[in-house]
Amino acid sequence: MPGSTPASLSADAPTSVGAPLVAAPAAGAAAPAVPRKRQRFSPWQEAWRRFRRHRLAVASAVVLLLMVAAIAIGPLLWTVPINEIDFASKLEGPSWAHPLGTDDLGQDVLARVLYGGRISLAVGLAAMFVAIFVGVLVGAVAGMSSGRLDALLMWLADLFLSLPQLPLLLLVIYLFRDSLKAVFGPEGGIFVMIVIVIGGLRWMPSARLVRAQFLSIREKEFVEAARALGASKVRQVVQHILPNALGPVIVAATIDVAAAIIAESTLSFLGLGFPPDIPTWGRLLADAKDYLDIAPHWALASGVAIFLTVLSINFIGDGLRDALDPRRVI
Amino acid sequence: MSRQYLIRRLLLVIPAMLGISVLLYTVLALAPGDPFSELAANPAVPPEVAQALRTKFGLDDPVWIRYWRWLIAMLHGEWGFSFQSRMDVDRLIMQRLPTTLIVIGAAQLLAILVALPVGVLAGTRPYSIFDQIANTLAFVGFSLPTFFTGLLLILVFSIQLDWLPFVYRADIDATGWRFYWEHIKQSIMPVMVLGLFQGASLVRYVRSSVLDVVRLDYVTTARAKGIGERKVISRHVVRNALIPVVTLVALQMPIVFGGAIVTEQIFRVPGIGSLLISAMLANDTPVIMAVTFVFSCLVVLCNLIADVLYAWLDPRIAFR
Amino acid sequence: MAETLLDIRGLKTWFKTDDGMVRAVDGVDLRIERGETVGVVGESGCGKTVTARSVLKLIDMPPGRFEDGQILWQGRDLIPLPQDEMNKVRAREIAIVFQEPMTSLNPVYTVGDQIAEVIAQHQKLNKKQALEGAAEMLRLVNIPNPQRRIHDYPHQFSGGMRQRVMIAMALSCRPKLLIADEPTTALDVTIQAQILELMQEMKERFGMAIMLITHAMGVVAETCQRVTVMYAGKVVEEAPVRELFGSPRHPYTQGLIRSIPRVDRAATHKERLEAIPGTVPSLLEPPPGCRFAARCRFVTEVCTRAMPTMKEVSPGHFVRCVL
Repeated sequence: MPGSTPASLSADAPTSVGAPLVAAPAAGAAAPAVPRKRQRFSPWQEAWRRFRRHRLAVASAVVLLLMVAAIAIGPLLWTVPINEIDFASKLEGPSWAHPLGTDDLGQDVLARVLYGGRISLAVGLAAMFVAIFVGVLVGAVAGMSSGRLDALLMWLADLFLSLPQLPLLLLVIYLFRDSLKAVFGPEGGIFVMIVIVIGGLRWMPSARLVRAQFLSIREKEFVEAARALGASKVRQVVQHILPNALGPVIVAATIDVAAAIIAESTLSFLGLGFPPDIPTWGRLLADAKDYLDIAPHWALASGVAIFLTVLSINFIGDGLRDALDPRRVI
Repeated sequence: MSRQYLIRRLLLVIPAMLGISVLLYTVLALAPGDPFSELAANPAVPPEVAQALRTKFGLDDPVWIRYWRWLIAMLHGEWGFSFQSRMDVDRLIMQRLPTTLIVIGAAQLLAILVALPVGVLAGTRPYSIFDQIANTLAFVGFSLPTFFTGLLLILVFSIQLDWLPFVYRADIDATGWRFYWEHIKQSIMPVMVLGLFQGASLVRYVRSSVLDVVRLDYVTTARAKGIGERKVISRHVVRNALIPVVTLVALQMPIVFGGAIVTEQIFRVPGIGSLLISAMLANDTPVIMAVTFVFSCLVVLCNLIADVLYAWLDPRIAFR
Repeated sequence: MAETLLDIRGLKTWFKTDDGMVRAVDGVDLRIERGETVGVVGESGCGKTVTARSVLKLIDMPPGRFEDGQILWQGRDLIPLPQDEMNKVRAREIAIVFQEPMTSLNPVYTVGDQIAEVIAQHQKLNKKQALEGAAEMLRLVNIPNPQRRIHDYPHQFSGGMRQRVMIAMALSCRPKLLIADEPTTALDVTIQAQILELMQEMKERFGMAIMLITHAMGVVAETCQRVTVMYAGKVVEEAPVRELFGSPRHPYTQGLIRSIPRVDRAATHKERLEAIPGTVPSLLEPPPGCRFAARCRFVTEVCTRAMPTMKEVSPGHFVRCVL
């Protein structure tokens, strides 16, 4: 999807733990001498300590929290209806009555952006859960089974990775739009479909992550100990392996939210997402693009909303990678 | 690189293509309604005639037979007829494909030209001011959705500055240099949108790969040779760092094609991406299937190229 | 007295980390004469590798930096030397062989190309001549079929063979000093002996000096003329090899020598192999006083107050201990 983040692939060395990494020649020589000051902290405290050092991630977390608060509480405070048509004040720039201006029907852009944010975030989160659920399931099955099933599942993951996602997304929506609309209603149907399709095309990275974790952790002593004590397979997975794979999966999940938001906005922008009367961010942008010359505030409002959300989620993902996945197992 | 490796890799294309075609056909077959449901619903057509037509086109055959027939037709280039454009789909696509390939190719080139030096510089001076700025800009770059970047560029370069046309025109009535100049001018923005987006992710790949390679032992060996830092970086760091980058770029190709669709739509570039969107809005199913299929083939082709490049860059592969 | 090649004086190489300054090398003095083999011993983390890399300025800066001291190469201090001048010293005058032959060669170039790269750089030869030189070097280090093997990639060589390649590369410009940083640690025992023998043979042929970094006392006894013992970033004892093994003065050196397994004694006396208790102290803001104090059997109150100075106990035998 355009704008999907590449970070899930292997993007970066952590900013904060960088110094000791660069000291490779010294680390080899001096490592045993460095005191283990940090062992007093629990893993989560340690993670939080590392996350805090990524300043952009912390700032992004604040920005995202503010945006979520605005989207959640905003419509309660800013009670202008999203579809009050007023041709007298159409395409007006920002003013006290309309802080973000109005659109071509004189509708309030701020109210529409706040409402659109709910849909974008809801789609992003729901699609992420679908992707992670499928990914963890496939990854766990592949990692546990090894052999032919493992090979088949990983071949499938590779196959899905080499699918052109946007065309396929468009194809599925094009073919199934009408029947889902009949079952779930115009809004619900599209929501369910978009979430399933976006999530269903993004399970591969987390499946690979979980499987890789499995293969490396499976041989570690504590799991072997559990196996020797007669722990069942499911128990081994749930109690011993999954918690250890959690860090990288959380990072992947964060990135997935950003990617799903962009995917949904792309669909709406192309006019193939939610019905035209529902103001999602992508839809707002699509409607605004024909008035760029006379009412740029309209396009900027929704565009900046998408950009800020995605950017802060990506930075948070980067910070979480520093915090939770310093080894970068990919 | 051994010929054996090349052949083995080429053979791997077959299952990949088969897998993708099965997937595409499954989606198509699961979709509600078939071309004859309308016919059946039409009271003017007697049910026997409808049934005869169904049998004639083999719609009641088992699904794998229908898949096989569909696959053979696709391989023969019999992709159907576009009702919207009133021409054969394969001809339509062949007409539009070069534009898409040129835009994507130019964007890739731009991305590499920007990202390679920036990524190498950032990776060799980690945590410097330059690195931090480059890294932050890269984040901004791939957090900007292509559809928004496109609109921003139009806003700045077409509306505010009035330098560049914001609609791509295939019929430029000019000759000679002017003809090419107009073409270049109208390609600048679409190529920039795609190229900068792709470049932003590439910067991060190159940087992190360089960062990984710089601390390896053989780089220290190279420094100890006294060949100078510039040769150490170009011969021993960049060359090795590019190997994983090739794979990452290939993995990104599906996203790039997605970006191309959006970009073509915004600037109305007459490529297969905008063709796909207009076909969807016009319910032109044969075109939709064909374009999706072509995009899939392109991705598989890119993966193939990446693997060959990988083996060429890394002599260890060919001996595995 | 022979000509002094390398004279390290009061070298301090420190590393800035998140937890503070790691004083990996903290005031090291070391001298190497023309043609001699000097052993540098000590356990992991004592700063011997950092010392070796400091000589060729192969330390990443930052995080590392030269805090103090001089590295005199034939009387000229290398520390303030600009990059391009330093590059004329590297490989041509001082060459280095690393511990890990498996990772020290670039996997994407042929072995011949990698050796030829050095030769071409320093001897103003064209590529073909340099490749011939590379083949000649491979022949010298006893690699069979050198003419063919220069076209092979590193992964087609075994560990021992790769270390031979590294030695060939290091010696290709006839350096006056070869720094061997634990050259045999990563190899099989049988291969270790072959590599040491090869180094000895090369030394006799080219007459270069060797700085042999190792933690294996046995290797030192066999190959070196003089030994420097390092502990926690400091030199604690320096002596000719016989003297050191005959009458070690520093308690740490004594411990090192006692911890060499000896087949003859173990069999007859049923002695237990002795280990030095404890671990190397932190190099982050080390306490005043002798760094070995915490593990020393003879520790007194004086030891923890101030760092003992180096004193000469017999000609050429220096020790940093109050005893």
